Amino acid sequence: MIRQVACLLLTILAVTTSVHASDQPAAENSAPRTIQFNRDIRPLLSDNCFFCHGPDNNRREADLRLDTQQGLLGNKNNIGAIIPGSPETSALIERIEATDPEVIMPPPDSGKSLTDEQIQLLKDWIDQGGEFEGHWSFLPVNTKHLTEHSDDATTTAERIDQLVNVQREANGLTPASQADRVTLYRRLSLDLTGLPPAADDVQAFVSDQSPQAWEKAVDRLLESPHFGERMAVWWLDLVRYADSVGYHGDQEVSVSPYRDYVIRSFNSNKSFDQFTREQLAGDLMPAPSQELLVASGYNRLGMMSAEGGVQPKEYLAKYIAERVRNATGTWLGITLGCAECHDHKFDPLTTQDFYRFEAFFADIREKGLYSGGGPADRWGPSMRVPTPQQQQQQEQLDQKIAALKTTFQATTAALETELSLWEKAYVPWTVLKPNSAAARDKTTLKVAPDGSVLAEGPNPATESYTLKFSELPAGVTAFRIDVLPHKSLPKQGPGRAGNGNFVLSELTIRIENGDDVTAVELQNASASYEQTGAAGNHPYGKWAVAAAIDGDSQGPTWGWAIMEQAGKPHHAIFETAADLTLPENARLSIAMEQNHDNPGHNIGHFRISAATSPRPVSASTLPPPEIAGLLAVPKAERNAEQTEQILGWFRTVSRELEPVRNELAELEKQRTALQNSLTLTLVTESVEPRMIRILPRGNWMDESGEEVQPAVPAVFGGAPAAEGRLTRLDLANWIVSSQNPLTARVTVNRIWKLFFGEGLSRRLDDLGAQGEWPTHPELLDFLAAEFQTGGWDFKHLIRSIVFSETYQQSSVASAALQQQDPYNLWLARQGRFRLDAEFVRDSVLSISGLLVDSIGGTSVRPYQPAGYWAYLNFPTRKWTANSGEKLYRRGLYTHWQRQYLHPALLAFDAPGREECTAQRSRSNTPLQALVLMNAPEYVEAARVLADRMLADETTSDQQKIDLLFRRAVSRPASDAEQAILQRLLNSHREQYAADPEAAGQLQSVGEFPATYSGGIAELAAWTSVTRAVLNLHEVVTRN
Amino acid sequence: MALSSLLNSEDSAMAAEGIPGLPHFASRAKRVIWLYMAGGMTHLDTFDHKPMLEKMHGQPMPESVTQGQQIAQLQGKKLNCFAPQHKFQRYGQSGQSIAEIWPHLGDKCADEMCIVRSLHTDAINHDPAHTFMNTGTMTSGRPAMGSWLTYGLGTATDSLPGFVVMVSTGGFGQKQPIAARQWHSGFLPGQFQGVEFRASGDPVLYAGNPPGVNRERQRDVVDSIQQLNQLAEQRLNDPEISTRIRQYELAFRMQTSVPDLMDVSDEPQHIFDLYGTRGGDGTFASNCLLARRLAERGVRFIQLYHRDWDHHGAVKAHSQGTAREVDQGAAALVTDLKQRGMLDDTIIVFGSEFGRTPMAQGSGRDHHLAGFTMWFAGGGFKAGMSFGNTDEFGYHSTENRVSVHDVHATLLHQLGIDHRRFSYKFQGLDVRLTGVEESRVVEEILA
Repeated sequence: MIRQVACLLLTILAVTTSVHASDQPAAENSAPRTIQFNRDIRPLLSDNCFFCHGPDNNRREADLRLDTQQGLLGNKNNIGAIIPGSPETSALIERIEATDPEVIMPPPDSGKSLTDEQIQLLKDWIDQGGEFEGHWSFLPVNTKHLTEHSDDATTTAERIDQLVNVQREANGLTPASQADRVTLYRRLSLDLTGLPPAADDVQAFVSDQSPQAWEKAVDRLLESPHFGERMAVWWLDLVRYADSVGYHGDQEVSVSPYRDYVIRSFNSNKSFDQFTREQLAGDLMPAPSQELLVASGYNRLGMMSAEGGVQPKEYLAKYIAERVRNATGTWLGITLGCAECHDHKFDPLTTQDFYRFEAFFADIREKGLYSGGGPADRWGPSMRVPTPQQQQQQEQLDQKIAALKTTFQATTAALETELSLWEKAYVPWTVLKPNSAAARDKTTLKVAPDGSVLAEGPNPATESYTLKFSELPAGVTAFRIDVLPHKSLPKQGPGRAGNGNFVLSELTIRIENGDDVTAVELQNASASYEQTGAAGNHPYGKWAVAAAIDGDSQGPTWGWAIMEQAGKPHHAIFETAADLTLPENARLSIAMEQNHDNPGHNIGHFRISAATSPRPVSASTLPPPEIAGLLAVPKAERNAEQTEQILGWFRTVSRELEPVRNELAELEKQRTALQNSLTLTLVTESVEPRMIRILPRGNWMDESGEEVQPAVPAVFGGAPAAEGRLTRLDLANWIVSSQNPLTARVTVNRIWKLFFGEGLSRRLDDLGAQGEWPTHPELLDFLAAEFQTGGWDFKHLIRSIVFSETYQQSSVASAALQQQDPYNLWLARQGRFRLDAEFVRDSVLSISGLLVDSIGGTSVRPYQPAGYWAYLNFPTRKWTANSGEKLYRRGLYTHWQRQYLHPALLAFDAPGREECTAQRSRSNTPLQALVLMNAPEYVEAARVLADRMLADETTSDQQKIDLLFRRAVSRPASDAEQAILQRLLNSHREQYAADPEAAGQLQSVGEFPATYSGGIAELAAWTSVTRAVLNLHEVVTRN
Repeated sequence: MALSSLLNSEDSAMAAEGIPGLPHFASRAKRVIWLYMAGGMTHLDTFDHKPMLEKMHGQPMPESVTQGQQIAQLQGKKLNCFAPQHKFQRYGQSGQSIAEIWPHLGDKCADEMCIVRSLHTDAINHDPAHTFMNTGTMTSGRPAMGSWLTYGLGTATDSLPGFVVMVSTGGFGQKQPIAARQWHSGFLPGQFQGVEFRASGDPVLYAGNPPGVNRERQRDVVDSIQQLNQLAEQRLNDPEISTRIRQYELAFRMQTSVPDLMDVSDEPQHIFDLYGTRGGDGTFASNCLLARRLAERGVRFIQLYHRDWDHHGAVKAHSQGTAREVDQGAAALVTDLKQRGMLDDTIIVFGSEFGRTPMAQGSGRDHHLAGFTMWFAGGGFKAGMSFGNTDEFGYHSTENRVSVHDVHATLLHQLGIDHRRFSYKFQGLDVRLTGVEESRVVEEILA
């Protein structure tokens, strides 16, 4: 079967929606421009010719390549498709201009054709010498503008401005003036923290006339912990962070510690190379810390399935292929995923490259179908991660525990005295090996060589075991029954009931001497544990062992049980009333009745022993067999190790140490409870790599493909030198090495976009042949080179960008400029763009004063319309909103359900994060208007904002509206704006005064309490005003 | 300034024109209503009669049929033939072979239906199979067909979304999940996303005014927003602000138009009788009635999911029950559109993400990708036609095989689009709904 998993594609007549830099006419008065292969010719050939004359070996026609120098220009032996300087004799032009449908290129059935302008461009290029360039982003980063690396961002900023100026001037444009100080500060605050500035901070900046004012503002915002949150929103899209598994039932998965790690990393300005290594291969580093393991969770963020009927092999193939798409999308900006089924059509990437890249991830422990498992391994390897506060608690507990253990371990005189007293009274036990073991009903009893007995086969409702013995020590003072765990039993036993429990309702011991049968009288029964749960009706108040020797006087159902201790060994001891010696030829018969009325409570595994020590013989001081063995050695002959072993055991039963033991147990219980309350996160666990073979046409059922080993794509040199099989760490090291020209370019390009609205190469997800030639190639390479050689320093890069005059320009464009450069390719102004979904929410919460700006933690659930999750299943789920502070956290902490992302985030183009997202769309839709006008969180924010306006000490409506504007858009309201809002206020004051019920209803939205006491109508009328302001385009726009 | 003067109808971004150059040629149909039988409707007990299964009931399926095939829950199990669970009849003048569990469709619509029995797909589990059916690939992040169409062709309504989804849930079988990914716009801009209309709560999320805000007060607030945004527009000359102003107006309009649409009390009694519902109850029949109203108002792509067809057990009773939930509404929709003269330019699509096995899974059938059935009506499809066949066991599509991409190509064709020339640049590639493999317009089923 043919399956095309990853890559769809290629048409025939491209409906191109993007804007090529080369589409822009050169400024009118400039000289005829020099044609550059990469900028002008390569995109044209790629779009029209590479499909048949490109890198794909299987698809190539006439053995002609137009993506290589040799193919285009020829070599010693072959004439190329073009002859430099001579368009009229070049075969390429001849074929393009042919009229015969058999000859013309591209062929008519491809649906492609070249315009006259494009043909002219090709001719001009050949005329100018037909110079070939390798694909720009695959060439080494151009370092020509990189002088000495400087930590001084001002120097870098100046270089940015120079390089932008060159291009701007060449296009006949002049820079915009600097934006006003309010706009500048608001822009900076939104760009660096994703939050609008506080009104006071704006004022402070505006009135700070010192030359360092900007620098100080930049530094302050870069040091804000919200910087990390802002950057995390960008990064989490790339690495497809989410709180659910994505496929089918879209079950929840806990991985928020990874998100905290990302925020922390940006805030501490972790270098990008380190950040990269930690995520791809933190688990492979020597003695990985918790931080590194959390980071390695990156590899586990892909979608997973728990759909019954999943064929694990198919899904393993899906998961690992997605890892290739994600890692190459996140770090390399190439579409290697396209080579899963066939060689790449446009870039020199082969199917072999794809599967070799997959092989880097072949060591990750995972399952194709995730079914079953406890919370800690439901979705494969996970670990629990403490918050700083929990970590502190853990450390305190650990210290206390350590101190107590020291006390516990000490060998004191008191302990030694207690031991020797005990030893004097010690009872050795002899295991009794039954000659026969039989059951009344259908149970099969099997006697092991060590004398223990295992029950197998059917488990009847009630049962009786009878064991016979022909040997017994002389003078027995007590019998003992050990009930033992066994792996064959439910919950490990020792009972056969579903919960591992049993009820021994009666024990009878007889001596059989021929026909003469005598009962042995038992007394003083004691046990290592007696069940206390479900004992309401038990005549003994607990499941006491005394009930097993009471002749069933209280009824046959009662007996000895240990429910709470299921899975652990326990024992009961029964003294004989008189010392017992088995007469010659007599046999001992022990019957164990199990008549509990809840069926199946039979003993699964047990052993019987006897002792001859002086009375009383009780349960609490019994040593385990290995210690019993040591005690048999006379004291004087024991070596130090043996003595210590005995002491070690004795500490667990010593009366002297009981208080310490109890305290220790309590602390350890607390420690375990704390541990179990910690947030889980997915981690990577490396195992023996599984075999990766090339899957012909991506078909996971086809096993005919060649087996491959890890390597980076051949075009980048294939495998870096290493001994043995390459690992993810080798991959990470290569990604951030100087041999890789892509990562630095891709990353600075994406960072640039955060600060201008568009990248220097506009396609953020593909720097391959089908990507966009950058508008400012030299600037892109300069920034990439600086990033790469200057320690991969994000904050330096960002500081440099925002220090530039280019960044500080006004974003207002005259009609003329809009016409001249509608897409702002040449940066003669700043960009203006809508805030990302999360920042829309953050802004409104922040303006209203509701925002709870704590950093990190598990995901939260703000209000969400009822029934939105109705079509989720396995299991069905209902969203329950949080209450209190969790309702007002930043958008990036909202529970990220891949299949049903919170609708208010979805409306503003937040992605489901099922795959790597390098570029969110930025739409402008009626649904966004509905969210901002009507969603309860936004109505509540408006209501609370109105409350605060009314509580403010300002008195007039005008002053309050002014204040409102300063909070919302950082500037005062104009007279016209004042008038509009005043009209609304007056009208709604009247309306709500006449309709107090409606006013009350409006105040009922959301749980945050109102404080204003001056009348509900006034509050409602102001809520209309704040709603209007919070809906302004300006509020959701960064300009 | 009064807003109405600012907002003339050609301004409305929702009634978008689509992209230049489309349609590529005169279209045969204007819209699609897709009746999506989610969960995998058994083709063998509904539209694809296989007497051989009757004969071989309980006997092993020949290994030659199943060898090397993908199997879902029957992995490693015995593969025995399972007889058709319902009787089949010939219906209409065309004599279409249809199971008796579809009395309404059989009696009223057989001569309108074009039944294609030779479908095959690439995915055997629900989630990827849905994604493949809707977006042409199993990989997430690609646009659904409805998004493609509204992007390419725009819509003919200025007060409703161009791509509307409704979901009903029946009382039989497993309620398989449906992901919102199935109507997501993927890499296309967000305005092309399918909008879910809901039977309870706000019919469109957040379309209801906040409590205490009546329509007039909401209008006042919207007017203030608009006036303030206009001031900004004049000051900044930013086209994005004009768009924002238009979107607020549309949003306000939707707040009325959507409840109006959902309120079917203006329908006459004979229509209620026809559909067998009085509406408003979230049933499939109710959604069919709403689909007609949406079609009348110019919505381009309407998808009705009925998520009840995953019959791993008790396929006899469950397929009968589920068919009863679907039959009358589907037949009424075809009939109603026809009597209004709208069937000619409306394509009805009826089908599942995959079919079910000819082998028994207890008393049910497992997922099956190698052969299944869909039917089409209206929109220039041949009426009263049967096309394509599976083998005698109903296992493999053998005769006139039709792939999921062929369905996409054919639907696009009827809407005036050459699927090979309809693409969007994503990750450097010109991505198409019909993908990279060869696919074709199934001319044989077009009138």
